[in-house]
Amino acid sequence: MDSKVIFKRPRSLSDKEFTYCPGCHHGIVHRLIAEAIDELNIQDKTIMVAPVGCSVFAYEFFNVDGTVAPHGRALAVATGIKRAMSDRVVFTYQGDGDLASIGIAETIHTANRGEKLTTIFINNAVYGMTGGQMAPTTLLGQRTTTTPRGRSVENDGYPFHVSELLSTIPGVAYLARVTVSSPRDIQSAKESIKKAFLAQMKGVGFGLVEVLSICPTNWGMSPVEAQRWLLENMVKEFPPKIFVDRVGES
Amino acid sequence: MKSLMMKGNEAIAESAIRAGCRLYFGYPITPQSEIAEYMARRLPEVGGTFLQTESEIATVNMVYGAACTGKRVMTSTSSPGFSLMQEGISYIAGAELPCVFANIARGGPGLGDIQPAQSDYFQATKGGGHGDYHLIVLAPSTLQEAVDLTQLAFDLADEYRNPVLILADGMIGQMMEPVVLPPMRDISSLPDHSEWTLTGTSGRRPHRIAAFNIDPHGLEEMNRRYQEKYKRIKQKEQRWEEYEVEGAKYLLIGYGTIGRILKSVVDNLRGKKIPAGLFRPITLWPFPYQRLREIAEDVEFVFVVEMSAGQMVEDVLLAVEGKAPVHFYGRMGGVVPTPEEILLAFERLRR
Ligand code: SF4
Repeated sequence: MDSKVIFKRPRSLSDKEFTYCPGCHHGIVHRLIAEAIDELNIQDKTIMVAPVGCSVFAYEFFNVDGTVAPHGRALAVATGIKRAMSDRVVFTYQGDGDLASIGIAETIHTANRGEKLTTIFINNAVYGMTGGQMAPTTLLGQRTTTTPRGRSVENDGYPFHVSELLSTIPGVAYLARVTVSSPRDIQSAKESIKKAFLAQMKGVGFGLVEVLSICPTNWGMSPVEAQRWLLENMVKEFPPKIFVDRVGES
Repeated sequence: MKSLMMKGNEAIAESAIRAGCRLYFGYPITPQSEIAEYMARRLPEVGGTFLQTESEIATVNMVYGAACTGKRVMTSTSSPGFSLMQEGISYIAGAELPCVFANIARGGPGLGDIQPAQSDYFQATKGGGHGDYHLIVLAPSTLQEAVDLTQLAFDLADEYRNPVLILADGMIGQMMEPVVLPPMRDISSLPDHSEWTLTGTSGRRPHRIAAFNIDPHGLEEMNRRYQEKYKRIKQKEQRWEEYEVEGAKYLLIGYGTIGRILKSVVDNLRGKKIPAGLFRPITLWPFPYQRLREIAEDVEFVFVVEMSAGQMVEDVLLAVEGKAPVHFYGRMGGVVPTPEEILLAFERLRR
């Protein structure tokens, strides 16, 4: 009987086994990025910048050139690469602690320069690798190791809305918030990731996709419970939406 | 060769461009902003890129990114800005990336002032950021030397895959002197780094650059490699100037701006038949320990002058190893000592 391969590992993913916890969305998002790179046929000219955090190893998970930036500085490192080699495709992969807390200045200024870069922003409302402390995106009332009584406005301020903030910046060419909680969401997340790459390939500007993600380990839930918690709580605070799409205008 | 009257900061910038530097990232800070301004004007003329960043923290990381591509890249700053760059410099040293920094130093600590100082010596030569690493540190004392050392800085960075720091003070940055500029280097003749650079995988396996290894044994192995490299640099790259050292009974030591002031002090003393000589370290790291030790064997005392509370004097003490007494005179806060006051301090020691 003849057999035909209809589903396989994307070329742009390496053989290295993921180091993520069971159920974590990092794995799904990695695959989507690799598929997008394959489909856009840009593997051999793509350079990635990995962050500090659970995804610090990301530069080894992709079959592309890559480096690791200091905490929060991925977009500055990416800017340096892109300014040195403007015909390459450069992307960063960053968590909420990285992109929205310590690196928020780099995030805003990179977007404002309209830097031709793509950012995949993993928002799981918590610091993962350091053991579940509060992130800028932690929800009000959410318990973390540093908000043991739940995040309060009085002490900790409000959940930080990165995409809403960036949507006011003219240098942004593509900006979307997505989830990967159902097959249909996964499909449209991939379309957004491709669009964010196209925004830089066409030279329109900065592209960012915020992916609402789960951290079952630090949320203290099973992956299934975590999915439910994301859909019931996180999407209320951070509604999925395409904020900016100027890719078609070029 | 034609000499040109130039300001120190501009001479360094032009020399960098002639060395093949085509990328400059920087954030304004006195007394070195002319470097950024010069680059903003000149780099586009030679097909290069100038970018004014949002902070020194962004700057150093852009330098990191650009250095990953193997192209010649630099930034410049002054003391408080250099402090902000330390984290990134540690990463760059760990990732073994070639790039050049110029710190046109001013008085500190804190915001300090904008006058020339040498109180960044510890930070420049002993680390500054976290981890066991070293920059190669070059200290010019004239503008011609600043031009020449800028050329050398890029070549050493490439040769050792290590960041190189030009440590000058605000005096060197702001003064004007005639300089002879080197010819423009042909970019295509610069060293080829394609075996490790991040340029896209076309036809090869991925390249990965990181100052990171979660396995302590792996990280120790990386550190061993760094230390091996530093050993080679120490063996090959020590540089210094000796002036009237032959037959000297008194050895004056100073670097950068102080080096040139001490030269006139030595001339004055020699004019009075007092056998004084000058030893001027040019590489502050690697410090020229061995040669200094040899000279110290034959002198009555060593006299170190710095525009700081005494930082390099610790390296001098290590070099001299008790073979001669070591005395120190320093001014702080951006005060540049005059030859007269140095002479007075010296005469007090001789009595
Ligand atoms: S700690 Fe959380 S974010 Fe990190 S890998 Fe585990 S589940 Fe994913």
